[in-house]
Amino acid sequence: MRTAWIALGLASVFVATFALAQGAADKRRSGYQDMGEALQKMQDDDTANPGMLFVQLGEQLFGRPAGAANKSCADCHGAGSMKGVAARYPAIPKDADKPVDLEGRINLCRTANQRAEPLAPESRDLLSLEAYVAFQSRGQPIAPPSDPRLAPFRAQGAEIYRRRQGQLNLSCAICHDDNAGKKLAGVTIPQAHPTGYPIYRLEWQALGSLKRRLRNCLIGLRAEAYAYDAPEYVALELYLMDRAKGMLLEAPGVRP
Amino acid sequence: MVRAGPLAVLLALAAPAAWAQQGPRDVVVVEGDAIPEPLATRPGDAARGRAIVANRSVGLCLLCHSGPIPEERFQGTLAPSLAGAGARWSVGQLRLRIVDGARLNPDTIMPPYYRTTGLRRVARTFEGKTILTAEQVEDVVAYLATLKE
Ligand code: HEC
Ligand code: HEC
Repeated sequence: MRTAWIALGLASVFVATFALAQGAADKRRSGYQDMGEALQKMQDDDTANPGMLFVQLGEQLFGRPAGAANKSCADCHGAGSMKGVAARYPAIPKDADKPVDLEGRINLCRTANQRAEPLAPESRDLLSLEAYVAFQSRGQPIAPPSDPRLAPFRAQGAEIYRRRQGQLNLSCAICHDDNAGKKLAGVTIPQAHPTGYPIYRLEWQALGSLKRRLRNCLIGLRAEAYAYDAPEYVALELYLMDRAKGMLLEAPGVRP
Repeated sequence: MVRAGPLAVLLALAAPAAWAQQGPRDVVVVEGDAIPEPLATRPGDAARGRAIVANRSVGLCLLCHSGPIPEERFQGTLAPSLAGAGARWSVGQLRLRIVDGARLNPDTIMPPYYRTTGLRRVARTFEGKTILTAEQVEDVVAYLATLKE
């Protein structure tokens, strides 16, 4: 496994270079490209990227039996079977009619297949499993499913993204579409592509999900953040993934 | 008190409870592109206003604007510099721009500092409160008026 990581680590350096060379017509930039060189190096180097410790932990959890079914994730999902999965979530699970994000999907397996308690939002175990799964899509293009049932949820996400909210009366689009690249105080406003999640954020001193990032922005607007299990986040994530379609995943990302 | 010129608009503002006893104006009269009358009885203080503008969690101004406040290293590039604002605008014009810039430009990204209506999903801690109090708006206006160049 260790060698595989090193190989993938090297691959990610090329991936980063490739992302930069995405083509002049495509103006999209990952938040990675807006960071300083030191942080880019930290993300690229698997021995320095703190997110890799969670990937490692996630790998252990993946193989550990849990719940009344006493089954591990690995009992159902063979080695390498998680490749590309993170690139297509959120998605609508079989026999369901509403989309779930990757964390929701992991918890669905916990409750339905392992018959265990769902893992708490932002808990170490949930983030580690997510990091382990997402890591296997590193370097893959974001590929939202073409499922037409997703369209209304994605449209809801787009509407939330464009609507002004909070005491400061700002929208996501105002900062991330209209003013990306400019400085908010000292910080370069990124384009808000969900390429690196879950990320290790130095400010948090922890791994965190896209949801946690979205909550931070909402709190910044002095808007009431949605509850962790709110469908609004899944809708926003659907929209953001669609907006970033074709960009390469780089999980676990590092951010300031 | 209401001078209804052809351009006059009435802004009815809910009075934040915290300073209701100080007798805030719950009706602000806009004339043309200005609010000629102060919002508070206490006159604005430029030094206090400068501190509000410089403060990242009170005025928030330097998140977007730059300004002649050299000790604050990280300033925004989303909005014009505040330098010279006092030469470009009268006190009344500055007051309206702080209170509710959307009155002049509906697409403005500048937050409405003295308005509680027409906002969505305001966090509970800020619900019904204006970003700045009437006194703070007056302090900020007094400071901006000193920025002649
Ligand atoms: C006032 C400006 C502003 C608004 C409005 C805003 N954000 Fe952000 N956002 C930022 C800044 C600045 C950062 C990055 C800096 C940081 O770490 O805080 C960021 C980071 C992000 C990121 C992480 C990008 C990365 O590369 O990891 C995402 C995703 C995001 N925002 C989405 C949103 C969404 C969705 C909304 C609306 C609900 C929103 N933002 C509203 C300023 C804003
Ligand atoms: C979220 C961004 C943002 C914040 C925060 C903000 N402004 Fe603005 N402000 C703008 C923009 C953009 C303009 C340009 C005019 C417009 O778009 O309406 C502007 C315009 C102005 C103007 C008139 C333009 C001129 O010629 O000088 C003044 C004065 C002003 N702002 C002062 C302030 C003060 C004082 C604060 C804090 C109490 C503040 N602003 C906070 C974005 C902002």
